[in-house]
Amino acid sequence: MKLVTAVIKPHKWEDVRAALETVGVTGMTVSEVSGYGRQKGHTEVYRGAEYDIALVPKVRLEIVVDDGDVDAITDAIVKASHTGQIGDGKVWVAPIDSVVRVRTGDRDEAAI
Amino acid sequence: MDGYYAWMLVATALVLLMTTPALALFYGGMSRSKSVLNMMMMSYISMAIVGIVYVLWGWSMSFADGFSGDGQILPDKPFDLFGLDGVTSENYIYVLFQLTFAVITAALISGAIADRVKLSSWIVFLPLWVTLSYFPLAHMVFGGGLIGGKIGAQDYAGGTAVHINAGVAGLVLALIIGKRVGFGREPMKPHNLTLTMLGAGLLWFGWYGFNVGSIVFSADSLADPDLLQAQFFSETGRTFMNTTVATMAAILAWLLIERLLHGKATTLGAASGIVAGLVAITPACGAVDITGAIAIGAIAGAVCAWAVGLKYKIGLDDSLDVVGVHLVGGIVGTLLIGLFSVSEGAAGVDGLFHGGGWGSLGDQAAGAGIAILWSGVATAVIGFAIKYTIGWRITAEEEVDGIDFAEHGETAYDLATSGSFGGGGSILGSKEGTL
Repeated sequence: MKLVTAVIKPHKWEDVRAALETVGVTGMTVSEVSGYGRQKGHTEVYRGAEYDIALVPKVRLEIVVDDGDVDAITDAIVKASHTGQIGDGKVWVAPIDSVVRVRTGDRDEAAI
Repeated sequence: MDGYYAWMLVATALVLLMTTPALALFYGGMSRSKSVLNMMMMSYISMAIVGIVYVLWGWSMSFADGFSGDGQILPDKPFDLFGLDGVTSENYIYVLFQLTFAVITAALISGAIADRVKLSSWIVFLPLWVTLSYFPLAHMVFGGGLIGGKIGAQDYAGGTAVHINAGVAGLVLALIIGKRVGFGREPMKPHNLTLTMLGAGLLWFGWYGFNVGSIVFSADSLADPDLLQAQFFSETGRTFMNTTVATMAAILAWLLIERLLHGKATTLGAASGIVAGLVAITPACGAVDITGAIAIGAIAGAVCAWAVGLKYKIGLDDSLDVVGVHLVGGIVGTLLIGLFSVSEGAAGVDGLFHGGGWGSLGDQAAGAGIAILWSGVATAVIGFAIKYTIGWRITAEEEVDGIDFAEHGETAYDLATSGSFGGGGSILGSKEGTL
C-alpha cells in the first residue's frame, strides 16, 4: 500500500479529478494549502508598495492506493496538472504500514 | 427658505455617514485582520467624544462671533456660547453640521497611527486636539477669521481646516509615535479591500453633504428672498457638479499613474483616487468651473498616487497614507484655486488662468501655510505631552499579537472555529454552562 500525495495548482484540480476517475480512483482527501518552491511566491503592489508574498495557494490531494496502481495514478496526476510553467507542483509516493476502514473494520488491502 | 433647511438636515446626516461607517470601513479594510476592529473603533470613538466636546465648547470657539469676519485666530469671547448657551434649537442644525466636520477631521488622523495606539491615549488626544487645532482653524477659515476673513483665501468646505489640518496632524503623530513593529520589513498589506471599496463609495456619497451643504449665503442674498433662491440653486449645482467630475477624473489619473509605474490598475488605487479627488475639490468646489474641477481632480489623483510611495523612502509609517492623500491632496486643491478660480464662483475671484493675476495664488498659499504651521505646532505639543505622560503605544508583544485582542478583547473574524467540530474550545462561565 502506498500514499500518493500531490501538490498542484488550484485551477488544475478539476482536470486532475477527472483524470483520476478514468483510472478508477473512487475517493481522495483534498485540502487547500499554501507554500512555495523554486518560484518563491509572487509580488503584489498596494499603493505603490511592493510586497513579496512568499506563500502561494495550492491544492493538496492524498490517495491511499494498491502498490500496482501507483504508476497509473501518478502518471494521471502529472499529465493532468502539467502546464510547463513554474509552480506546477510535485507528486510523491510513500509506503503505508496499515489501513483500517472505520465503518466495517476492514484492514489493509480490503480497506482501500 | 424651507428647501435650504430641509437640505441641511439631509446634508448633516450625510456627513455623519462619512465617519461612521464610511471612513471606518475605508480604513478598516486597509488595516491588517488583527487590527481592523481597533481601526474602526478610532472613528466611532471620535464621533462620540468630539461630538460632545463640540456641543460644549467647539461651536463657541469657532463661531461665537458668528460669521462676521473678525479676521482673528479665535472669537473675542471664545467660550461665550459654552454648552450652546443662547443658541436656540432652530439653529441646532447648523451646529450639528459643523459638529460632523470636527468629528471626521479628528477621525481622519487615525489612519496615520494604525495598529499601535492605546485606546485611552486616543481618547485623551481627541478633545485636546480639536480644542487646540481644529476649533481655532475652523474659526480662522469658516468663521471669517484670519484665513477666510483677513487674508481672503478661498476654502469652500475645508481644504485647510479639515484636510491639511488632519494631514499635518497625521504626519506629526506618526513621527512622534514611531513605526509599527516590522514596518518596512514584513508585508502589511490591506486585509479586506472589499471593505475599502465600500467605504470609499460611501465617503463619496456622504461628501455631497460635506461640500454642497457648505453653502454660505451672501449679505445681499439674506436681504432678498429671490437672490437667496438664485444663489442656492446656482451654487449647489456648481458644487455638486464639481464634486462629481473632479472625483471621476482623480480615479482615472490615479489608475493611469499606477498602470505606468507598477503595471496594473488596482482597486485600492481606484478607492484612493476617489478620496484624493474629493479632498482636492473640497476647498475648490465653489470656486471653479467644470474644466477646472476636472483638472484639479486629475492633478490630485496623479500627485497623490505618486506621493503615497514617499513614506517608504523616508521611513515614515503613515500607515494608511493620511499624509499622502489628505495633506498632499488638501494642498493641491487649496493652491490650484489660485489658478482655476473663476469670478462666477462663490467668492467672485478670478485665478491666474482666468486673468486674475498672481494675487489669488498668494492668498491660497498663505492660507495653506498658516494651516500647516498651526496644526503642526498644536499637534506636536499634544503629541509630546501624551508621549511623556501616559504614553501612546501598546507593548510590542501586544502589537504583534494584534491590537484588537489587546485593547478590546475581541477578534474581528472567527473563521477557524466556525466548523462543525467547533475548533476545540469550550464555553467558560456562560449561563449555558458547558456544552
